[in-house]
Amino acid sequence: MSDVIHLEFDVAGNNFVSAGTATNQVKDTLRNLGIPNQDVRRIAIAMYEAEINMVIHACGGKATADIYADKIEVVLEDHGKGIENIELAMQPGWSTASEDIRGLGFGAGMGLPNIKKYTDEFKIESEVGKGTKVYLRVNFS
Amino acid sequence: MIKHNTVILDPDKCKGCITCMKRCPTEAIRVRNGKASVMYERCIGCGECVRLCPHQAKLPSYDPFDIIKDYKYKIALPAPSLYGQFENLTNVDYVLNGLLEIGFDDVYEVGRGANLCSELTKILFDRESFKKPVISTACPAILDLILVRFHELKPHLLELLAPVDIAAKLAIKRALDRGIPREDIGVFFISPCPAKVFALKQGIGVDKPYVNGVLSASEVYMQLLPVMKTVQLKPLTKLSVQGISWASSGGEAANCSREKYLAADGIENVIKVLNALEDGQLRNIEFIELNACVGGCVGGVMNVENPFVAKARIRELRRKLPLRFNELADEGQSLDFYKWERVPELKDVYALSTDRVTAMKKMMEIEKIFKNLPHRDCGMCGAPSCRAFAEDLVNGVIPSDSKCMYKDYDE
Repeated sequence: MSDVIHLEFDVAGNNFVSAGTATNQVKDTLRNLGIPNQDVRRIAIAMYEAEINMVIHACGGKATADIYADKIEVVLEDHGKGIENIELAMQPGWSTASEDIRGLGFGAGMGLPNIKKYTDEFKIESEVGKGTKVYLRVNFS
Repeated sequence: MIKHNTVILDPDKCKGCITCMKRCPTEAIRVRNGKASVMYERCIGCGECVRLCPHQAKLPSYDPFDIIKDYKYKIALPAPSLYGQFENLTNVDYVLNGLLEIGFDDVYEVGRGANLCSELTKILFDRESFKKPVISTACPAILDLILVRFHELKPHLLELLAPVDIAAKLAIKRALDRGIPREDIGVFFISPCPAKVFALKQGIGVDKPYVNGVLSASEVYMQLLPVMKTVQLKPLTKLSVQGISWASSGGEAANCSREKYLAADGIENVIKVLNALEDGQLRNIEFIELNACVGGCVGGVMNVENPFVAKARIRELRRKLPLRFNELADEGQSLDFYKWERVPELKDVYALSTDRVTAMKKMMEIEKIFKNLPHRDCGMCGAPSCRAFAEDLVNGVIPSDSKCMYKDYDE
């Protein structure tokens, strides 16, 4: 199956009001394609988490979504400060968020573990000072 | 499935301006041949187009008052929001006795159904393993919105009849107990909004509609005003603070027995909340009350009064009412009596095709057309956005030679 729908988004940094816009557009597209509800929800939760991370930590970046008949692949790439220790960041409860942000109740510390939980594949590459690239895949049932 | 119309157009008044089309939350409106036209399968009856039309060309659909004459025994079901329409109302019994005066044989307050709903929500919360947060299903426009657009959230829906259906069931039972033959009984809801008209005539969550007609609050208001001044006051009301509070946003949630609740009103705000829930953001909330109209039911487009004035009046009326009644114990019905008789079905109005490969092909075509459009979303083509125009083209809703006037202009 070579057919693919390619979507691109700019994710604005430090703009909490527009955070989630890319995720919403992906959801709308999946709805148009008649993708099963549980799959839409999985990619929604994982992608929103990755998108909001980019808003909080990296002053925004770019997101792309490639939708195939049997799966969706999302790549979020930023040029922010990067993650020092990915293994540590993957641990549930670990967070760099300031007390202010934690106090806002974003569920800080569960971001990356949550993405892993809801996706079929999750890859993360990061270089300190250069940025972070996140890859998500959800297979359609 | 027959879809009763939610809103109707007065073609003589419609100027073909794009106000309603641009603000419709489900992109259900197009402008064709200079007039607004509704794709009813997408319409959730929220009433935004009625509210926004600068030419009063959009009208809510409801039954004429005279429909009550078709039945020998006529029962009125006044919505809690109705009490907020009258200036200086000191006692809701003026309204109830007034309803008897203008032709009804019995009155059953929907506020009592609401009081019961609050009691039931508390019980069901403890007994059943609902998917949290639980979403209220009292506002029919919201219920329809979820069935049309937020399929993933269906497991969160509170599977309880709306206060008006509960009131209708109990009112019919009372009439039967009084020896009235079933075929003589006509039940009429006095509604603040077109969404309720549509939902009740269609019957959402019930096997068969319990209500025989849905009247407009403003039309009934005009009938009530003259008689209320002279009406003889008999004590009829059994309204509680818990019941009347449902008239405005937050009233239901405040009585759901959970501290961690959220109440949102106004269709655009509601969509933001539903998106947030879908994206896994609302982790600590247990109950969500959503109303399509700003202010809640007092904001319905078939009301007379500005929602904020009506809300203030209801707050004033509350001071004279008992906090709550134990209607559940008094009525003695089982829990099943109040639950959905039938789970409403999801509506597939956005899928481009039931076959995924066909849907993919269509979507790729849409993306290709969309990429070449100016993205001004000007509405001149008769679609609410450039994307909607591309979708309409691919879906064959508009002729294949339809043009974007800006694109031609730019080229």
